[in-house]
Amino acid sequence: MSSWLGPDEWQAVALSLKVAFWAMALSLPLGIFTAYALARWRFPGKALLNGLVHLPLILPPVVTGYILLVVFGINGPLGALLARLGITLAFQWTGAVLAAAIMAFPLMVRAIRLSIEAVDPKLEEAAATLGATRLWVFVTITLPLIVPGIIAGAVLAFAKAMGEFGATITFVSNIPGQTQTVPSAIYAFLQAPGGEPAALRLVVVSVIVAMGALLASEWLARRAAKRVQGV
Amino acid sequence: MSLSVRLTHQLPRFQLQVDFAVPAGLTVLFGRSGSGKTSVINAVAGLLRPDQGQITLAGETVFDSARALNLPTHRRQLGYIFQDARLFPHLSVQQNLHYGRWMRRADPKLHAHVIEMLGLGALLARRPAQLSGGEKSRVAIGRALLSGPRILLADEPLAALDEARKSEILPYFERLRDEFNIPILYVTHSPAEVARLATTVVALENGRSVAVGTATDILGDPTITPLGARSAGAVVQAVITAQHADGLTEISANGVVLFVPRVPGQRGQKLRVRVAAHDVILASTPPTGLSALNIVAGSVVDIRVGAGPGALLALDTQAGRLLARVTRRSMAAMGLQVGSRAYAVIKTVAMAPEDVGGMG
Repeated sequence: MSSWLGPDEWQAVALSLKVAFWAMALSLPLGIFTAYALARWRFPGKALLNGLVHLPLILPPVVTGYILLVVFGINGPLGALLARLGITLAFQWTGAVLAAAIMAFPLMVRAIRLSIEAVDPKLEEAAATLGATRLWVFVTITLPLIVPGIIAGAVLAFAKAMGEFGATITFVSNIPGQTQTVPSAIYAFLQAPGGEPAALRLVVVSVIVAMGALLASEWLARRAAKRVQGV
Repeated sequence: MSLSVRLTHQLPRFQLQVDFAVPAGLTVLFGRSGSGKTSVINAVAGLLRPDQGQITLAGETVFDSARALNLPTHRRQLGYIFQDARLFPHLSVQQNLHYGRWMRRADPKLHAHVIEMLGLGALLARRPAQLSGGEKSRVAIGRALLSGPRILLADEPLAALDEARKSEILPYFERLRDEFNIPILYVTHSPAEVARLATTVVALENGRSVAVGTATDILGDPTITPLGARSAGAVVQAVITAQHADGLTEISANGVVLFVPRVPGQRGQKLRVRVAAHDVILASTPPTGLSALNIVAGSVVDIRVGAGPGALLALDTQAGRLLARVTRRSMAAMGLQVGSRAYAVIKTVAMAPEDVGGMG
């Protein structure tokens, strides 16, 4: 693959995979928690949280990227705080992870929330009558039953993170080897004369990765659903 | 008392107001559908928080609105047998049975006994999706028992089963009542289940607990008819005296010989027979030339006249209390009043087999 792809292209693919993986992995626990809260709890500000989670889905990605830049930039309120801990996000690949995670979050939460809502709360009640605490009920009953939904949400988030462009380029720019993900690289190649063949190769890679992820998730989810239903 | 419940709670259509205690044995919460029975049992389990009241379980107060005390379900140490079994679909039968043991240690001897009694040995490796309705019910009973409960709650555990499955599962509750030293609170709207299972009956009408007593007392009281006078019927205690070749079982209720459709059982076995009030005909003189085999003399002790054409009469006989439902017109024609002598005629084939069962 590295011979078919040029070094710049390969770098972009590797970076994209890395960014998408971490964006998915790091947001998964929070995604499950948020989905559970939205599906099962009643609390003041629930509509607000729901709106906030879905905001990146409807805002122009450039706006999300700009907000990230303002908040997490070196002079931003959270950016300055993190800088004191030695963490900088703006114009770093870690910033690309944050941007991708935020953009993919609504899709992940939606998929997991749907699967939690499909779990009969009566089963959770039954577990409580058998002496299980809320946390234990979640670990032993709810979580195993929503594994297919978690897989679907994670893969969706991964695919979305792979393709994220607007928020990423606004927040972390387009630095080859640092923050240049596949979409940014395609954009850059298309801007340069004679870059079209390279852009085309990256398009092919994008399609393969996306299709592969979808097929893998379908297969995993089917297997998990079978295991859960015990048929 | 192993459990005492006093609570008021506003439900969408009426107010629940109950006050009763559950002694040892099987206590039936008896009332028509929608009378708030499930809300009461859910309050005991901690799945519903009542507006007001107090619930005490084995000496421990688990709910007290005055002290804002509401022990969470998982700390109440009870077993709940749900109408819809509610087995965990992703766990095997064995894992379902053991689920409660992760939290509370159960006696290993109990474990073997429960599996043997419920006949679960062959099912342990299966998943709930591979079980029949009756098998699911048995696993649900076993799972509740094995969690080491201080009390067993059962919410219409037979209602979702067909007649054949019902008669398969009912004996297990008789054995639970007789072989385990765990009080049971059992919700039902079926008089047949009350007659067969209840040690104590709590009658619920319009969300209120109107009476507490033995099955014989409550079902034989014409003023307590949670399901309406049409479904009334008294319970007679009897013992099997002979099995006849023509498909009848001869029983003796305190010396009065009665014939019922075949009941499996040995001579001397005790049983309860529910006699539906609409299956009893009254005569003012000893009837002759009738096809009915069962004729019992008694005296009228209570009469309840409702708005309709019928009247419900309670008769004290040597066999025990009987209820009879007749029209007000025939009551007047026969001149029946409290103190009158009357003969109850019970058609043998009218006694449904599911109304006849073993007793503890």
